[in-house]
Amino acid sequence: MQEEIKIEFKDTNFWYNSKQILVDINLKIYSNKITALIGPSGCGKSTLIRCINRMNNLIPISKIGGKISYNNEDIYEKNTDVIELRKKIGMVFQKPNPFPMSIFDNVAYGLRIQNMRDKNKVKQIVKESLEKANLWDEVKDRLNLSAFRLSGGQQQRLCIARALAIDPDIILLDEPCSALDPLATAKIESLLKKLKNERTIIIVTHNMHQARRISDYTCYLLNGKVIEYSGTAEMFDNPKNKLTKDYINGEFG
Amino acid sequence: MVNEYVRQNIYFILFRIATFLSVAVLLFILLYILKEGIGVIDTKFLTSMWSHREITEGGIFPAIIGTIFLAIGVSIISIPFGICTAIYLNEYAKENLLTRTIKLAIRNLAGVPSIVYGIFGLSFFVFFLKLGGSLIAASLTLGCMTLPWIITASEESLKAVPHSFREGSFALGATKWQTIRKNVLPHSFGGMLTGSILGISRAMGETAPIIMVGATFFMGYLPSSPFDKFMALPYHLFILATQHSSPYAREYALGTSLVLIALIFMLNSGVFILRYKLRKKKEW
Repeated sequence: MQEEIKIEFKDTNFWYNSKQILVDINLKIYSNKITALIGPSGCGKSTLIRCINRMNNLIPISKIGGKISYNNEDIYEKNTDVIELRKKIGMVFQKPNPFPMSIFDNVAYGLRIQNMRDKNKVKQIVKESLEKANLWDEVKDRLNLSAFRLSGGQQQRLCIARALAIDPDIILLDEPCSALDPLATAKIESLLKKLKNERTIIIVTHNMHQARRISDYTCYLLNGKVIEYSGTAEMFDNPKNKLTKDYINGEFG
Repeated sequence: MVNEYVRQNIYFILFRIATFLSVAVLLFILLYILKEGIGVIDTKFLTSMWSHREITEGGIFPAIIGTIFLAIGVSIISIPFGICTAIYLNEYAKENLLTRTIKLAIRNLAGVPSIVYGIFGLSFFVFFLKLGGSLIAASLTLGCMTLPWIITASEESLKAVPHSFREGSFALGATKWQTIRKNVLPHSFGGMLTGSILGISRAMGETAPIIMVGATFFMGYLPSSPFDKFMALPYHLFILATQHSSPYAREYALGTSLVLIALIFMLNSGVFILRYKLRKKKEW
């Protein structure tokens, strides 16, 4: 079966303040798969996923070259609606960043900015999103509690629920477990495996075991370049590039 | 080896002495004014019209009212403009040479002596705009003076909102304005307001600029329109202390200053209560 391409990078370059962060990236991200980006700190993993929902646009001194397409449409075209794009491509950040409001309001945030007035519908979606994020049972009796009262792992699942509420097609996760303990990490990993049935997931991780456990494809980045990109099993069992081999064997990085 | 504990203790004692001295000086000033001024304060002093010849016959009511009106006028002018400017500069304006220059200029304007604002107000508002010496001219003058303070305080308050709140909001497809309205302003508004009120309370004590733009020592009536002249506590006490012939003038000046301090204290305590409540609510 031919796999459907969700995101495609074509000769993408990215500069931050005249320093080149991404060099000639060519990458195809497949639909309904988990793609892991691995590589040492500063190799451009985060920058790469931030190009996909155009979060890098927030940095005024950055420049991008080449092409990135989503469902075969160039997302850096002049008339691309960035707001619509971000509704389709959700993001979860490295450090859990709940907003200083109740659990309910956090999840409802994305719906409210879309002016969803129907209160019952909002309630329904909040419940479903928390269920999908495996958090509902833990918080259903205290939805009005401040999100800051939750543990780190719960906060991160809340952020996932918040992203899910607006029904994105793709979810970008930027080292979502780096601030969490192993148990909380395991919960998020099983959640991601469940979510890929409906969505495409791209995860940045510095944890190679995590990449191996959950991803279908793995991409190794070094100094802003794609060193190797293949199926996860293939990459870890039989890396083609010596640099990749060194990295996954822990001899570097 | 010189004992590090001894060294540490010497420094702590030095800091403690410095703290004690500063607090003692401030406390002494307050107690002195309280002791010297409290004698003249009674209902008549606080609620009667000013009696020019026999000052013991009247009170400083019109000066209290004038200062309160002035504070309201300054607030109306400078708080909305200051807050909106801070939002624009901090959230919208591109970080470039022009923005940086503007921000630097605002910080410099915050340090310009008040008398300079006074002469500007006199030539621009009073003469050029023909507002005459009036409450509105004084409010505009002090408004210009407080504007940079309020902008600076509001900017600090906006900067204190973590960047991750904005990022999280953008990532959910919020526009810049939605992000500001729903996820930045609610968390910075209290700080903006407290900063603004502190600016207003500083403006209430200004004397030099208002002399030039409409404050008067004696007025037989209360200002009834923004174009009236007005009496004000700081100017009133200045004249009493330096130019009045009555033997009670000095005591009355101290009493007046006590009232001014009390007004400013009330405003500032309001700020502290507000700030305390907000800090209790704040969780990041």
